[in-house]
Amino acid sequence: MSELPYKIVIGLEVHVQLATQSKLFCRCSTQFGAPPNTQTCPVCSGMPGALPVLNREAYRMAVRAALALNCEIPEFTKWDRKQYYYPDLPKGYQISQFDLPMSQHGHLAISDPKNRFEPKRVGIIRAHLEEDAGKSMHDEQAGTADSRIDLNRCGTPLLEIVSEPEMYSPEEAKAYLTELKLLLTYLEVSDCNMQEGSLRVDANVNLHIPDPEAADGPPIATPIVEVKNMNSFRAVERALHYEADRQWEVWQESHQRLGDVPKQTRGWDENAEITRGQRSKEESSDYRYFPDPDLVPVVMSAKETAEIRNQLGELPAALRKRLEETYGIKPYDSDVLVNQGRALVDYYIELAEQCGDGKLASNWVQQDVLRLLNEREISIDDYAVRPSAFAELLAKVQDGKLDTSRGREVLAEMIEAGLSVADAMEKLGIAEVDDSELVELCQSLIAANPKIVADIQAGNLKAAGALIGQAKKQNPNVNPSRVRELCIELSSEAS
Amino acid sequence: MSLLKKSAVELVSLLRDGELTSADLTRAYLNQIEEHEGTIQAFLHVDREAALQQAEDLDRRRAAGENMGPLGGLPVAVKDLLCTRGVTTTCASRMLENFRPPYDATVIARLKAAGAVLIGRTNMDEFAMGGSCENSAFQTTKNPWDPERIPGGSSGGAAACVAAAMAPLSVGSDTGGSIRQPAALCGVTGLKPTYGRVSRYGLVAFASSLDQIGPLAATAEDVALLLEVLAGHDPLDSTSIDAPVPRYIETVRQPLEGLRVGLVTDHLAEQLDPDVEAAVREAVRVYESLGANVEEVSLPHSRYGIATYYVIAPSEASSNLARYDGAHYGYRTDESALQAELAAERAAAQSEQEEARLDTPLVRMYRKTRSEGFGAEVKRRIMLGTYALSSGYYDAYYLKALKVRRLIVEDYRAAFQKADVLLGPVTPSPAMPLGHFKDDPLGMYLTDLFTVGANLAGIAGISLPCGQSREGLPIGLHLQAPPLEEERLLRAAHMFQTATDWHRRRPDFVASED
Amino acid sequence: MSLSASDVEKVSLLARLLLTPQEIEALTSQLGQIVEYVDQLGEIDTEQVEPLAHAVELVNVWADDEVRPSLPRDEVLSGAPHRDEDSYLVPAVLGD
Ligand SMILES: [Zn+2]
Repeated sequence: MSELPYKIVIGLEVHVQLATQSKLFCRCSTQFGAPPNTQTCPVCSGMPGALPVLNREAYRMAVRAALALNCEIPEFTKWDRKQYYYPDLPKGYQISQFDLPMSQHGHLAISDPKNRFEPKRVGIIRAHLEEDAGKSMHDEQAGTADSRIDLNRCGTPLLEIVSEPEMYSPEEAKAYLTELKLLLTYLEVSDCNMQEGSLRVDANVNLHIPDPEAADGPPIATPIVEVKNMNSFRAVERALHYEADRQWEVWQESHQRLGDVPKQTRGWDENAEITRGQRSKEESSDYRYFPDPDLVPVVMSAKETAEIRNQLGELPAALRKRLEETYGIKPYDSDVLVNQGRALVDYYIELAEQCGDGKLASNWVQQDVLRLLNEREISIDDYAVRPSAFAELLAKVQDGKLDTSRGREVLAEMIEAGLSVADAMEKLGIAEVDDSELVELCQSLIAANPKIVADIQAGNLKAAGALIGQAKKQNPNVNPSRVRELCIELSSEAS
Repeated sequence: MSLLKKSAVELVSLLRDGELTSADLTRAYLNQIEEHEGTIQAFLHVDREAALQQAEDLDRRRAAGENMGPLGGLPVAVKDLLCTRGVTTTCASRMLENFRPPYDATVIARLKAAGAVLIGRTNMDEFAMGGSCENSAFQTTKNPWDPERIPGGSSGGAAACVAAAMAPLSVGSDTGGSIRQPAALCGVTGLKPTYGRVSRYGLVAFASSLDQIGPLAATAEDVALLLEVLAGHDPLDSTSIDAPVPRYIETVRQPLEGLRVGLVTDHLAEQLDPDVEAAVREAVRVYESLGANVEEVSLPHSRYGIATYYVIAPSEASSNLARYDGAHYGYRTDESALQAELAAERAAAQSEQEEARLDTPLVRMYRKTRSEGFGAEVKRRIMLGTYALSSGYYDAYYLKALKVRRLIVEDYRAAFQKADVLLGPVTPSPAMPLGHFKDDPLGMYLTDLFTVGANLAGIAGISLPCGQSREGLPIGLHLQAPPLEEERLLRAAHMFQTATDWHRRRPDFVASED
Repeated sequence: MSLSASDVEKVSLLARLLLTPQEIEALTSQLGQIVEYVDQLGEIDTEQVEPLAHAVELVNVWADDEVRPSLPRDEVLSGAPHRDEDSYLVPAVLGD
């Protein structure tokens, strides 16, 4: 990346729907997917005379999220009206927060297991609570026909999280989003489901280009472009790559700097894989914010904030560190486990504790448990083998009574037939092979394979592998590593 | 007919004792409305059948021994900005000409539960903006004392119907004087409660930080009866005060010992009609004769009240009225005419840039809907408020006004250290002739000078009749009290009404009937 | 501060009003007068004064997060100037 002639500078604005039962200012349900206009009331449909009342739980969730993002929570916050006309905004204003948001000055630490960038902190300018708008639907085929308005979503609590423009590659932006989503799901304040619109991302992007006339001076900043309509983290990454290339081309032609042109808004077209300019309304920036006279401020003492902070629980970054320190696994592995969510981590910890080998437990969870969860699209709670039974299985592997592949067969039997380790082994006809029996078997193999024995004697220990294969053919229950051990031992004796 | 000269308190006791049925009483008021409404035009809507139906239901319930509630079958008129389920609620605007709310305002629910018969919807200035009822989109209510004069506003219909004995009790709303000023001009008693004392849920908003619902009636006692029904905490209104409601009707007759009355000198120094000034000074003597101690007090920022109010109220109004855009309810402009208009503009456009500047169909729909649906005064205030909140002007106007508002509140706090109630005129003059302030909006605004302070400070205020002008027009006395001191105001007003009979005077056509 | 006709026209778009030339002329003068009157607030020294949005300064008014029934759809849509069976209809929002 360092060979690029510019630095891309990215700030992200993320809107997250909070997982309350009812809306931010009325008691209509927030359930996704209801038939249009069946979850509205006088308040959220903007009827004359209706008044908002703040949802306590929404506020608590927002504070939890803000604290987890290391934000300061001022003692005083208030509600403002952001005014603009749009048919999915029935009051003609959105209740939001302007100059005194509920939180500010935080940060989120990100890192990359693939080491494409150095671990860093991305600053959070502010996080504030506001109400969502409804949805307008337009059938483009129909041309000039009317748009249809559904107000079900209108009034759903949204947390808007605004980062500093401190991400310098699409990969950093993606890591920020991934970590943010993980954090919010750990806090159980949002399901962060992008398909259902619970998490929405807008990006502010521009380029910093070294000034050829002042090599040591500040770089030249190009005009900031706001990119919208990115419906997955992958889309964000691709849109940002595209936008950087596009802006570099525009720069070479126009040499426009920040401030030369009004801020542009572009939409990501997923199919064409390009961003397209969106028409901006010249007066749209005058939102005429003022304090909402229908609502009263929230005052929260430092003590109350501290109480909420104490109840945050263990957050992903701390959890990763604990897994690495307690169970001796690598950052890459702790990242994989923690990214799966708290329930899987709890499963892993129980397993690691019971089998006493964190690395072995990590390998099995990552390779076997996660694969099945993904294949079947189930959660860890629905996984048939509980950690205690799993640990019993791993104990057999640990003392060489089962090799990995036999262990997998046993695991499969435990899952499918709901059997205990012992019953599964019995069903598979796995009996533990007596060592004297095994010595006998190996002696017969050595007698029958002088060439291999000669190879082993010559120092080619890998040749023993062929003998293991033959041993397994004769008795599938043999422990391969013990066979290997015996064969090498007996070969050297044979000389 | 003499029934209609009785006070609400007397009528409730007759109803309770079974000496009078709600149906008979309601019929008497309906007949009075029928007879005089052609001249007065106090009501936008009277549903005779529905009112009688409610009255008969209440009579049946009484016959079955059920508790009727404190109003027990008494008719109540309601200003046409209180949402009532299934009943057209117009705010005297074309915009809401056919709007039927799917819900009841908290106050409406309380009235129903208290056994009120909702007899009709009273006229007002459109969206409560104005002081004469001339801004109603539908009709101009006349002052019952002189049909050539304004009844005041915005609760003009609410005050006129009480003065004309068309209803014993009436509910209005007061944002800058809209209960007290028409009460003064029509010679009735009207109270603006403390901000937050009465729920605003279901009150179509004009300026949310100033609006309060309140009662109008002939006497302080009757006002107490209705206030007790209206007041109380409402979890649906975040600005509602969670404090117990005193039994106003139990205490209203108790005189206040050692009452300290503060005469607001700033309000007498203004250009005041001599008859009004004389009546107010006479009221001072009445209180002195009742044993009160009268002292002069000053509200030094009172002179900035109008300027402050006419920034804050229009700013909030410009926002509150944004929802009337033709998208979800209410009036929408004719869409085929709109499309034709835009097509013609596109055809006439000289260049692509010019064409690009044209409104989109949606924006034009908003603009035409609002321009056709709102009257001139509403548009004027929306423009004023939009300007005051727009970028570059916010600090100079809106923020400045909020700071002066605090100074006004502090003035009142200081004054209430010296006085239990503040006394002064309600209006600079008695009722003006119709059309007097046509094309002079600022002149009209300035008549709110004495009343806006109570709204800006959120305190309680009452207007009660205290005299008549040379032409025989009523003059109102303004008493103000600290937050939640409605009981004190009502007792002070009742004291005055025990010593005077201005509140018993009626326009000739009412007085001569029997 | 004085107000020009073009200020009034700009504000009218912001307020989503469509004014005739006569209305713009009348409003320019009326609003100008009012604004001039309001300018007297400038006389007052408010350097040390906190703005006051509500005369009765309440804080922390909450509702519990409990779902209550919404309105039946037909009641919500009953006042819509233009609707189909399940939605409000408005002129196309595209190109806006
Ligand atoms: Zn709702």
